[in-house]
Amino acid sequence: MTDILNAIVLLLNFLVIPGIAYGCQLALGALGVTLIYGILRFSNFAHGETMAFGTMFTIIATWFLQSNGISLGPIPTALLALPIGILAAVLLILGTDKLVYKFYRKQKSTPVIYLIASLGVMFFYNGLIRFIIGPDDRIFTDGSRFIITAREFKEMTGLDQGMAFKMTQGITIVVTIICVAALFWFLNKTRTGKSMRAYSDNEDLALLSGINPDRVVMIAWILTATLATIAGTLYGLDKSFKPFTYLQILLPIFAAAIVGGIGNPIGAILGGFVIALSEVSVTFAYKRVIAYLVPESWAPEGLVQLLSTDYKFAVSFTILVIVLLVKPTGLMKGQSI
Amino acid sequence: MAFLIGENMTGGYGKGADILHDCTIGVEKGEIAVVVGPNGAGKSTAMKAVFGMLNIHTGRVMMDGEEITSLSPQARVQKGMGFVPQTSNVFTGMSVEENLEMGAFIRDDDIKGTMEQVFELFPILKEKRKQPAGELSGGQRQQVAVGRALMTQPKVLMLDEPTAGVSPIVMDELFDRIIEIAKTGIAILMVEQNAKQALNIADKGYVLVQGRNRYTDTGEALMADPEVRKAFLGG
Repeated sequence: MTDILNAIVLLLNFLVIPGIAYGCQLALGALGVTLIYGILRFSNFAHGETMAFGTMFTIIATWFLQSNGISLGPIPTALLALPIGILAAVLLILGTDKLVYKFYRKQKSTPVIYLIASLGVMFFYNGLIRFIIGPDDRIFTDGSRFIITAREFKEMTGLDQGMAFKMTQGITIVVTIICVAALFWFLNKTRTGKSMRAYSDNEDLALLSGINPDRVVMIAWILTATLATIAGTLYGLDKSFKPFTYLQILLPIFAAAIVGGIGNPIGAILGGFVIALSEVSVTFAYKRVIAYLVPESWAPEGLVQLLSTDYKFAVSFTILVIVLLVKPTGLMKGQSI
Repeated sequence: MAFLIGENMTGGYGKGADILHDCTIGVEKGEIAVVVGPNGAGKSTAMKAVFGMLNIHTGRVMMDGEEITSLSPQARVQKGMGFVPQTSNVFTGMSVEENLEMGAFIRDDDIKGTMEQVFELFPILKEKRKQPAGELSGGQRQQVAVGRALMTQPKVLMLDEPTAGVSPIVMDELFDRIIEIAKTGIAILMVEQNAKQALNIADKGYVLVQGRNRYTDTGEALMADPEVRKAFLGG
């Protein structure tokens, strides 16, 4: 019995909790991608860099706060700096819209042209970020590291295995719940939110109903920049901030948005967790879990790891391909690509 | 002069060939005007021209004595025109109630009263008001579409083939509702495939052929005209 409990705790500690935290970060990122797809009808390749840009300004503001001795105690100072990062990302993205995307809207360009334009924007942001903060790894987490440490957990339960619950994981989950609840309240209950859904649903009819497309587009960008900065900051707190990883994270984020059904916000969240949990569970070494569950002599010698962590992006790719082949509209009903 | 009239309209889509040639259609307050004609006669095009969805290079559109030829469709909605497109005329992912709410987007006053009126007109919508419009039957969807257009409290309601793809029973039901709407003083301009039934309820009928007015008369007179009967109403 204790062995089973130990195995469960081990799984929770190394697979489920990190998977859920990662899933939250992907979900917030995928929500931004899906919103832009729903309103402007293109896949925004610059989304990963938007996350990095917002996070960068959050980090700079965090440094400023830290150097002035301001902190939130056990909670990372970055949360206090978050509004600055969001503001910077919103200004950047609205400027980009005015200088780049607005031109293509006037031309009534096809989605693929937007997509290529967003690729250019991505490279521009990319350079801008490296110019301002450099390509190096930055760790900006402060406050206490754990809500529950492994040792405390062991003392509380008397089990061999400890379950640590990191502060950054707790914050990721709480902030995601707040963001998602606020977003859904906005989309479903407010007039502006409903007008965005209407625009996404049937653009021509929305225009006939007197919905102002410029306003809808502006709000979509503001929401996207906000979600991207929050997602990027949570990811950076949980792991670390390195501009290159924000380029890489674009793949699982797109996979999440498409798997869930692009254009569908609930799908984006679901997709985030599907991708995160499969990535973590496929690259997890099950050796110790199995050792708890089977008699000693049966214990495996190898790591029992399906895939090396180096190949974790292959997991998103594989799921993406399977979903596009089997159910192109995604798990929840989204637009077909 | 009629309350709403598109006079001597000539034009087509974009830079393409002209579809309408010196075409005139109009409607009075509280009356129903129906545009009929064979396939490709430019019926829908004529109505879209009145609504400003294509450029006419000659002729003009007048509403309530005011020239609106150069206004965008959105601006015409503000002026009191309601338009129900033939297809994609509801927000499929949104509930019936939200569809109506979005119809009234340009209004800042209380829309509850208007919504109640729409529900009175189409009781089934009240029953299904929490259901996504995309899940409704064809006839119910048309009711949502008409209801959505009524939410702006328009002076003119333009319907592009409202009975396309609905059963004959539902069609009669829809026509009854349209008569009721006209009785409240709204001008109704409608394009119809079902020429006979439509002319039956029409105060005024326009028969278009190849973008030109062929016959214009009261609905009754057109129904009685042996030539019109033979050529367009199947004897």
